[in-house]
Amino acid sequence: MGDWLQWADRSVRGAIPVTVTVMLVFAASLPWRLPAFVEVTPAFAVMAIFYWTIYRPERFPYVATFGIGVLQDLLAATPLGMTALVLLIVQGVVASQRTFFRGKPFLVVWWGFSLVMPAVGLLSWIISSACFGALVPPLPIVVQVVLTLLLFPIFVLLFRPLGVLAAARPE
Amino acid sequence: MRVGRGRNLVLAVPGRVFAQRFGYAMLACAAITLMILSQAEPRVVETIRVGVVDTVAPIFAFFSQPAATIASGFDELDGIMSVHERNEQLAHDNAQLRKWQAVAEQLGYENEMFRRMLKVVPDQRARFVTARVIADSGGPFIHMVLVNAGQSHGVRKGQAVVNHDGLVGRVLEAGDHTARILLLTDLNSRIPVVLEESRDRTILRGDNSPHPYLAFLATDARAKPGDRVVTSGEGGMFPPALDVGIVSAVDKDRATVQPFVVWERLDYVTVLDYVVPGVLPETRRAERAGSLR
Repeated sequence: MGDWLQWADRSVRGAIPVTVTVMLVFAASLPWRLPAFVEVTPAFAVMAIFYWTIYRPERFPYVATFGIGVLQDLLAATPLGMTALVLLIVQGVVASQRTFFRGKPFLVVWWGFSLVMPAVGLLSWIISSACFGALVPPLPIVVQVVLTLLLFPIFVLLFRPLGVLAAARPE
Repeated sequence: MRVGRGRNLVLAVPGRVFAQRFGYAMLACAAITLMILSQAEPRVVETIRVGVVDTVAPIFAFFSQPAATIASGFDELDGIMSVHERNEQLAHDNAQLRKWQAVAEQLGYENEMFRRMLKVVPDQRARFVTARVIADSGGPFIHMVLVNAGQSHGVRKGQAVVNHDGLVGRVLEAGDHTARILLLTDLNSRIPVVLEESRDRTILRGDNSPHPYLAFLATDARAKPGDRVVTSGEGGMFPPALDVGIVSAVDKDRATVQPFVVWERLDYVTVLDYVVPGVLPETRRAERAGSLR
């Protein structure tokens, strides 16, 4: 019984990062109608995957990233596979630099994110333009990149306690 | 014992790393395959997408209500702040509207008389379905919303979507209980319109910005700021004379349009089931009209 409880506790904690990211993908699709959201929604999933890849990589398998990307593409009707590929690339790149980011002050992490986000915007712009067969106007994408960068610290404040909860053992 | 454990570890770690990298590469390939598939077989992808969206629609329907409540809370606050101003504005508008009402009644009567004299075939203003917006993809790549009405409510691909302000867009995909609306600001939106005053026909194109523009404006077209733009009904998908917007700026080769619809307040929309007069045989039209009453 004790074993079972322990197992359940571990599973629920372990599922926090992926669950939170899935919820953010849904939340991004809700009709909030805040003026800033009308034109662009921040790239919630990119923030989440960037954060979890650095701090809780063992709780975020590549399969989950793929699934989240496909879900977002299906909900938002963006070219199917586009978000999945972009998120996988983000996770791969960040995973390779994880040892650099671990234990660094937040400003360094934010700086790292500010390098990733424009690349995400550029890649999405190229893929969506190719899939739609027309140049997608770049301005809204630039706005999305900037908005996401500015909101990143707020989301880190939200992710941090969740990350502690998701740790394998209390830290 | 200790040695054995150490050896296992040495073997296990590269094995796991390899498995991880292999899995990563496979997933990246799968994503690229999906992109190619969605280009090669858009129908299949559309079917999957409609199915998934129909399945998760209850989640959206449930959570979109509180989201809308929060949004309307902001609106309310804004309303309280400017209640005096708005009151004056409304009194002024009301006086104006009374005048227009008198004019409209007279014109309506006159029109009716002319129609009778000329024996005009009446336009079918057919069924409509009103639905709530439950999701807004709001991305920089695409301008669409999901509504909680689908094929089971009579919504079909291609139908025009309006709200009380004017034209919103058209139905892009229809599932059983949900439909995806392509807003007229989307990059892929093309709507046949006519300038109300000059009667110049053209196409309204979206470019993912809040201001769509008139493309293929004839060289002698006379578009000027303030001109009303309405649907032309060409192509038969849209009823004619639906309010679209007002020309806000005219450049050398394009005229920008300010749509009447206020996108921040897009909560309920109406899907029009329009039947072009004369396309369906008389008997079916009569049947349809009968079933509507």
